[in-house]
Amino acid sequence: MRLQEALILAEPGDEIVLGAGRFTLSDGLSLDVDNVTVRGKGMDETILDFTGQKDAGEGLLVTSDGVTLRDFAMENPKGDGIKSKGADDIVYFRVRVRWTAGPLATNGAYGIYPVESTNVLIDGVQVSGASDAGIYVGQSRKITVRNSIAEANVAGIEIENSRDALVENNFATRNTGGILVFDLPNLPVMGGGNVVVRGNLVVANDTPNFAPPGNIVANVRRGTGVLVMANDNVVIGHNWLVDNPTAQVMVVAYTQSYEDERYNPYPRNVVIEGNHYERGGYDPQLEGASQLLPMFGGSLPAVLWDGLQDGETPALLAKPGTPGWSLNLTDQGKGLDAAQPGPLEVGRPASPFDMTGIGASAELDERIK
Amino acid sequence: MKFGAVLLWFATLLAASAMAMTPERVPVADEVVQGKTLPRKLSDYRFFDDLARQVPAEGVTPYRLNTPLWSDGAEKLRFAYIPQGAQAKADGEGLLRFPIGTALIKTFAFGEGADRRLIETRVLLHRPTGWVALPYLWNEEQTEAELAVAGARLPVTTPAGEQISYRVPNKNQCKECHGLDDVVVPIGPKARNLSGEWLAGMVRGGRLDALPDGADTLPVWEERASAPADLAARAYLETNCAHCHRPGATASNSGLDLRWEQDDPHALGIMKRPVAAGRGAGELLFDVVPGKPDQSILLYRMESPEPGVAMPELGKTSIDHDGTKVVRRWIAELPQR
Repeated sequence: MRLQEALILAEPGDEIVLGAGRFTLSDGLSLDVDNVTVRGKGMDETILDFTGQKDAGEGLLVTSDGVTLRDFAMENPKGDGIKSKGADDIVYFRVRVRWTAGPLATNGAYGIYPVESTNVLIDGVQVSGASDAGIYVGQSRKITVRNSIAEANVAGIEIENSRDALVENNFATRNTGGILVFDLPNLPVMGGGNVVVRGNLVVANDTPNFAPPGNIVANVRRGTGVLVMANDNVVIGHNWLVDNPTAQVMVVAYTQSYEDERYNPYPRNVVIEGNHYERGGYDPQLEGASQLLPMFGGSLPAVLWDGLQDGETPALLAKPGTPGWSLNLTDQGKGLDAAQPGPLEVGRPASPFDMTGIGASAELDERIK
Repeated sequence: MKFGAVLLWFATLLAASAMAMTPERVPVADEVVQGKTLPRKLSDYRFFDDLARQVPAEGVTPYRLNTPLWSDGAEKLRFAYIPQGAQAKADGEGLLRFPIGTALIKTFAFGEGADRRLIETRVLLHRPTGWVALPYLWNEEQTEAELAVAGARLPVTTPAGEQISYRVPNKNQCKECHGLDDVVVPIGPKARNLSGEWLAGMVRGGRLDALPDGADTLPVWEERASAPADLAARAYLETNCAHCHRPGATASNSGLDLRWEQDDPHALGIMKRPVAAGRGAGELLFDVVPGKPDQSILLYRMESPEPGVAMPELGKTSIDHDGTKVVRRWIAELPQR
């Protein structure tokens, strides 16, 4: 209660310092004052324990701009971990959110959850156990997620209905799917794209999907490294993709039927280049896997495309020699029954990707120097 | 004793008893309502001639909503104060446009008759800088309510007989429901959810410029059984859900829009997939499945007391059995597709 009072009575520019120790909280916290820093003694020292939480949809809700959250941990929030909504210019630095009983459907949905925000920097965070996405950025712009660890979530890192995002140098492991780039219909903000996923270590994402079935991530196949669904202009480059048993990289159209004239369900201009692939596709969670595996000599090629594209706009582009295959589907939203597996035949990337305006602004870096 | 002295004594007695019956009326403290401070005590505003008995001061008018927000079954005493010489403006069936200096006051009570206890009083102050929402917590003695910016928890027995840990919201949580496009706004006093009679009284008293169109559009909750299922349910969703589930508000990112004026079935949740519901979706696939209340996430979340699943997220510790019944009937009667 004293912490909540401090969060309410804070003045813009204040720093709220949390001491070392384990603090038990019965109610969700919230912050609605601009330019406040909440700083603990370290993610292993200052632990906010929400195991006995009685209300609110998240452990901490931030609704103001210019906030910095750093050096503390949160355990077992009943809903989401830290949600920042309409909170521009926010920094999450060395924060940990963890559901301590491991991957369970009864865990909260999102660990770190910025939504409807512009300019978001997430650096050095750790999230495990989220029943949807560990680090989830939704309906936002100018985003950097880097140097972070997402382990044993359904989705490790998810960029959804967002633009100008850089996902760099993260470690995603033991999730159902490592890194997801989604664009979904019927949301206030759509048209996701300009997303760069590079230099990440995406290893052994093999936890069976434990998401509640109604959620879109419940459809993610166990063993997916990087998954792009819809979106335009996405780069998946220079990642290490190892031991992802369904597909190292999957590029697909929105898988369900929808009613929304504003929505484009197809991936457009997804560039795949310079990734290192090792041991993938050997135990795919796909219909007909037992027939597919012998066709491809025991394991599926690294890149899976569903074969759907938006007219003449290429769905994906890859350097010649990229190991891949296509389901050669012809109808969006009709499932995989009509798949006619064949080799991946796509064009090569034309020019270097224009990085202008991608990622959080340099001003946010200054705060954590 | 001389006769004159007796008369004088008698006159003094009369005067004293008259004062006890109609205490001197002190005006509401406009400078406190419109000031910059966070007043520590509810009595600082002088909204009540008798605070403990909730007898309003001059210019403070009680009102009710046709279909109210449910808060663990709390009895709610609502008052509107519009300062002398100022006037609210009608704006169709929407929110009355209140002048600077307005205060909306809502006291929450549990228990009946002599057992009734005032728990909290929430005030919304229309200051020159915008609306400010503040929660006040009543003391043990029931003589005063004090500002509780961090809220509180206390044991309460609901009218349904459930023992709950009742949550008085903190100042930020006020904004979670009252926030629209990043500013605090009132939720309740929309013409469509107010009685025409009350509005007419406000016009007669000079505190409202004109009788708005669309008064009494929402059914009266006590008469819900005789109201069409869709009207009763849509009124309930409007007053209990739509302050968050609408564009520009706390749950805007869900894409679910439960406002009364919304008529797009998908925005209302009909065959809409959840976005960020997480485990709140249970085992279910769609917000509202026509004809199938038990397959509808919306009802599932209303019927859950568990944080992280329960809706609304704030102001609800137990389940509104009357409310769920109305929503259940609506979903059951929706034509199946």
